[in-house]
Amino acid sequence: MRDVRSDFPLLAANPGLTYLDSAATSQKPRAVLDAIVRYYETANANPHRGAYKLSGAATDAYHGARATIARFLGAADADTLIFTRGTTESINLLATAWGHSHVHRGDRIVVTRLEHHANFVTWQQLARAVGAEFRICELTESGDLDLDQLRALVTANTKVVAFGHVSNALGTINDVPQIVRIAHAAGAMAFCDGAQGAPHLRVGFDALGVDAYSFSGHKMLGPMGIGGVIVSRRLLDAMPPYQFGGDMIEFVFDGDTTWNVLPHKFEAGTPNVEGAVGLEAAVRYLDALGMDAVRAHEMDLSRHALRVLGGIEGLVIQGATTAEARSGVVSFTLGDIHPHDLSTMLDVDGVCVRAGHHCAQPLMRALKVASTVRASFYVYNTTADVDALAASLRKAQERFGAHHG
Amino acid sequence: MPTTADRGAGLSALYQERILEHYRKPRHKGAIERVTGVHTVKNPLCGDDVTVAVCETDGVVADAGFTGTGCSITQASASMLMELVRGRTRREIEALQRAFDAMLAGGEADDSLGEMRALSGVAAFKARHKCARLPWQALEGALGRAG
Repeated sequence: MRDVRSDFPLLAANPGLTYLDSAATSQKPRAVLDAIVRYYETANANPHRGAYKLSGAATDAYHGARATIARFLGAADADTLIFTRGTTESINLLATAWGHSHVHRGDRIVVTRLEHHANFVTWQQLARAVGAEFRICELTESGDLDLDQLRALVTANTKVVAFGHVSNALGTINDVPQIVRIAHAAGAMAFCDGAQGAPHLRVGFDALGVDAYSFSGHKMLGPMGIGGVIVSRRLLDAMPPYQFGGDMIEFVFDGDTTWNVLPHKFEAGTPNVEGAVGLEAAVRYLDALGMDAVRAHEMDLSRHALRVLGGIEGLVIQGATTAEARSGVVSFTLGDIHPHDLSTMLDVDGVCVRAGHHCAQPLMRALKVASTVRASFYVYNTTADVDALAASLRKAQERFGAHHG
Repeated sequence: MPTTADRGAGLSALYQERILEHYRKPRHKGAIERVTGVHTVKNPLCGDDVTVAVCETDGVVADAGFTGTGCSITQASASMLMELVRGRTRREIEALQRAFDAMLAGGEADDSLGEMRALSGVAAFKARHKCARLPWQALEGALGRAG
């Protein structure tokens, strides 16, 4: 893949910066920033409201973005893509609208040990609210999801299996079709949290077979505050609205109200048009690079990272040992140097990494580590970034002395 | 924005030998004989925790000890703090805490802080202020419960 760093104004303006925290949020290419400005300069009005031309332009911009993003994610029915603020709101939408109308006392909800808090706490709290059972599928010794255990956990009373496409903490890529088969065999809804999947892998919503798939725009080169969830039409039709307000209604009477058609039924209030057109520009940018090329580039970086970081004494990498089995995320500890000490020392060299529990406390507890350092890669990273990380880690090791403890 | 060189100097100030020494060989780490107050504070961001136990007699902290896991800054801060507060009254400790907070805010390091002045380098690293403060918060709780 060509070197795209110059497409990203923040990176181009900071040549000394080694940005390795894309799993938290990605940098934005010029094309995305331009699309947002262009929208406000040429088409800004409240969509769906006015009969005037400008409002029509805003409506077209908004739904044009929906169509482009749905196509990018492999969903033929664009009106089943509901825009939200991101994955967190998407999961809350499902747990609230679908969950409270479909999950009852005595039912079971199954999640996995790998989940981000958003895909863990939301279902845990639904289970507590309705009196359902909340079960967690554990990992095998090698750090993969234990599918045998999952088969046993997903019983006839299981209503939903919620799992991540890619683990944000370890980079593990889950076997989505296999998990979907297990869920569907029991008649359960299969929900895939794609926050870490959509930015890095070709999704193909229709082919994956999941009932719902969520994503966050800001992790895939788009702006913050926009994301969505694609849900099968059958499920959306059976769900009550998530929020009430303008746009989502059809007819409002004194005593009752009827709902607008999809996707409006689930999008109350003035929509985030700038976010949608920004995200549209982002997926166009990714499409032009080619998602297969993006994946190949990240595998190269992961392979290089596993080799270079693996060569540092005392460095322990969590999760899968091959680049094929993981996304561009490498989570590690270095001797007994605390991850926060490490990230401060790396920061001084301009290396941005995440240190902490990565919003996955239940996973960290199971791995028996309090926290780790996480380096995550994206299209603009190069092997030189990995080398800068390794060099900075060695410096940190020197400062702290290898002998202490 | 500070240059990398400035930040490099800042790093040497942050991780000076005095701090690393306390981190490697913390003083007063472990249980104390008689406890009049004990309190645990956790930093949810990194999972670190510090427990401070004190023994107050005749209006002064006669003994203090800490336990817990954490980064070099938390550990060194706890180790130095336990030394600093021995023989002090609550009023004196409150004054010390104000001096410490002023130092973290970028002010002069007051002589009363003794060895803890070595933590003045933390001021430049905002993300780490919480680490340096954690033992103080635990101490505050331990004294709050005491007596």
